[in-house]
Amino acid sequence: MSHPPTLLRNARLLDPTAGTDQPGDTLIIDGKIAATGTSLPIPEGSETLDARGACLAPGLIDLRTHGRDPGQEHKETLRSQVDAAVAGGITAMGVIPDTEPGIEDPTSVAWLVQRSRALGKARVLPYAAMTQGRKGQQLTEFGLLQEAGAVAFADGAKATTDALVLRRALAYARTFNAVLFTHPEDRALTRNACATEGEYATRLGLPAAPAAAELLQVQRDLLLAELTGGRLHIGPITTGAAVEAIRAAKAKGIHVTCDTAVAYITLNEIAIADYRTFTKLSPPLRREEDRQAVIAGLADGTIDALSSDHTPEDQDAKRLPFVAAEPGIIGLETLLPLGLAPVHQGRISLMDLLRRLTVAPAAILGQPVPSLAVGAVADLVLFDPDAPVRLKAETMRSKSKNTPFDGFPSQGKVLATLVGGRLVYRRPA
Amino acid sequence: MMYEFNHRHLLGIEGLNPLDLRYLLERAESYVALNRQTEKKIATLRGRTIINLFFENSTRTRTSFELAGKRLGADVINMSVASSSVKKGETLIDTAMTLNAMHVDVLVVRHGDSGAPHLLARKLNCAVINAGDGTHEHPTQALLDALTIRRRKGRLEGLVVAICGDIAHSRVARSNILLLNALGAEVRVVAPPTLLPAEIDRLNVRVFHSMREGLVDADIVMMLRLQTERMQGALIPSMREYFHFFGLDREKLAVAKPDAAVMHPGPMNRGVEIDSDLADDIDRSLINEQVEMGVAVRMACLDVLSERHVTAQKGSQA
Repeated sequence: MSHPPTLLRNARLLDPTAGTDQPGDTLIIDGKIAATGTSLPIPEGSETLDARGACLAPGLIDLRTHGRDPGQEHKETLRSQVDAAVAGGITAMGVIPDTEPGIEDPTSVAWLVQRSRALGKARVLPYAAMTQGRKGQQLTEFGLLQEAGAVAFADGAKATTDALVLRRALAYARTFNAVLFTHPEDRALTRNACATEGEYATRLGLPAAPAAAELLQVQRDLLLAELTGGRLHIGPITTGAAVEAIRAAKAKGIHVTCDTAVAYITLNEIAIADYRTFTKLSPPLRREEDRQAVIAGLADGTIDALSSDHTPEDQDAKRLPFVAAEPGIIGLETLLPLGLAPVHQGRISLMDLLRRLTVAPAAILGQPVPSLAVGAVADLVLFDPDAPVRLKAETMRSKSKNTPFDGFPSQGKVLATLVGGRLVYRRPA
Repeated sequence: MMYEFNHRHLLGIEGLNPLDLRYLLERAESYVALNRQTEKKIATLRGRTIINLFFENSTRTRTSFELAGKRLGADVINMSVASSSVKKGETLIDTAMTLNAMHVDVLVVRHGDSGAPHLLARKLNCAVINAGDGTHEHPTQALLDALTIRRRKGRLEGLVVAICGDIAHSRVARSNILLLNALGAEVRVVAPPTLLPAEIDRLNVRVFHSMREGLVDADIVMMLRLQTERMQGALIPSMREYFHFFGLDREKLAVAKPDAAVMHPGPMNRGVEIDSDLADDIDRSLINEQVEMGVAVRMACLDVLSERHVTAQKGSQA
């Protein structure tokens, strides 16, 4: 299937791998970058897109999204998820298998890959369950699942309670150099909790767990990673104490990476006032000091990646008392505009933010190095980092609209997204 | 007393200022005498519909609201919604929409989840009174406690009030802490750390883990109910140990002021949090007065919020 060459003109070319930031054009032929430079000649029969000075960068890779298809298609289908992703500038996303049934046999992985290819929007990087039925007992077939296309193993928001199971999972995963995703909440301490313990939860009368429940789990998982030499990825990280622990673990040479989600750098626990269930998250929103520490960890690279933690939930799951509501918010289309806030505040450079959104997640998931160099796959995002935007839930493409950011003023918008050189999203004029 | 009570709902003591609180107490005071007459019914709320929507069982609070509404001349309907623990939230919204269509004037709601009345208030056109939500607030209980104290002691300012027991799971404690602080009392909480919520000291209370220290020179000792289901999650080891260290008896009360009064929101666990004789001692116990003041306070709240409702409707038609 041949596609005419595409020339993107007058862009600000941001290559987080090369660390270059310069004006220029990019020519795409056969899904790959064929040339970059200034005033490139326009080849015969090519399509041109005038970027008008907007930023062109490798497409975002979101390593934390929650799947709802199959099983809960009323919340999100694979189609609505990939549509929302490209509208958010995301060209590839890891999908945690929170589906019914879960993704735990090679056929389901292959089927997910096949369906997402047919949709032709964002690339879907399937994660398989780490244990059968995500029950935390019996390991899944890491090797066969990996051969079928699984890029990581995760039991979702369920922390693995049994240390022996996680130890064996980490050790066995070394056979295939596979990465395991764990969730940073001690399950005993956080049982029934829906807020961070402290004055705020006390005033609201909400069952709460101490922020230390995160550090407790992170420390245990780090010890097991050290013991086994296995590859561990923890997230979303939400507390300063956990950032410290991971910083120390990395210094010791433990094979650990981590991510935080955009909500945790944007909101603190005060957002749960009025019991708005769109601010109920797992882990819950933290104190302002933790939010600041997480931003600092993201800036210095202790936190490798920034994710959306996209979690579609419908009204039946959210129009409930705070205690009873499901946690989670959608985030594919708010990842970039909200992620840019620390750039505008001077906390992190635009280039470093792009590394957290492209290079780092690609490395964690074993994907090709995102780059604008000649020969690189043309998965690209064109965006204006400065344009003021008021976020609107109703125009978001996700089937569920559970976002606390409806009406939220932000800065930065995605103008166009290309996957394999094809224009898969263009912002409506 | 001319005063504009500027709240559409009564969802908690949080958000009310001292003037609002005094206004409600004054209004309640005016109903105490009425409730002691033979003829107890007036027509203030004639033609209004009040629904008591209770997702948790509560004979006394529901009866108190029912009497209050009926004595003001309103039509009062009780709805008890059996709550299956799984789907109770769904019932909540469904019920709210149904009630909305019936043109209810005041909805009195009790629910096992904190914030449930706030959710209802966002969906409904009528006034909502929180009759207890989860472990959050129980504003009419705090108001009736304040009225009871004020009538016994003549004031709230400067009084030392010790709230003892399961503070962590008590909506009564939260509402009382807020109200008593707003009206100038000194509030203490006395409980083992497992029954205290995190950072409770940030609510302007002094924290004690011993009755013998916490009750020193107290004017009021307010006991809370210890729910027996709390015996499960390792919060306290046994009933007898709890009563030994935190149950109120005459010996522990001896360090309080000689005229210290004892309160309890009911229903009591005699021999668990309070000694039975002490609870019945009319010189020390205000427990029956609390029940009496409850009706007056609820009449005041229903009355004031109904006025607001009419004002709001007239305003919207203009």
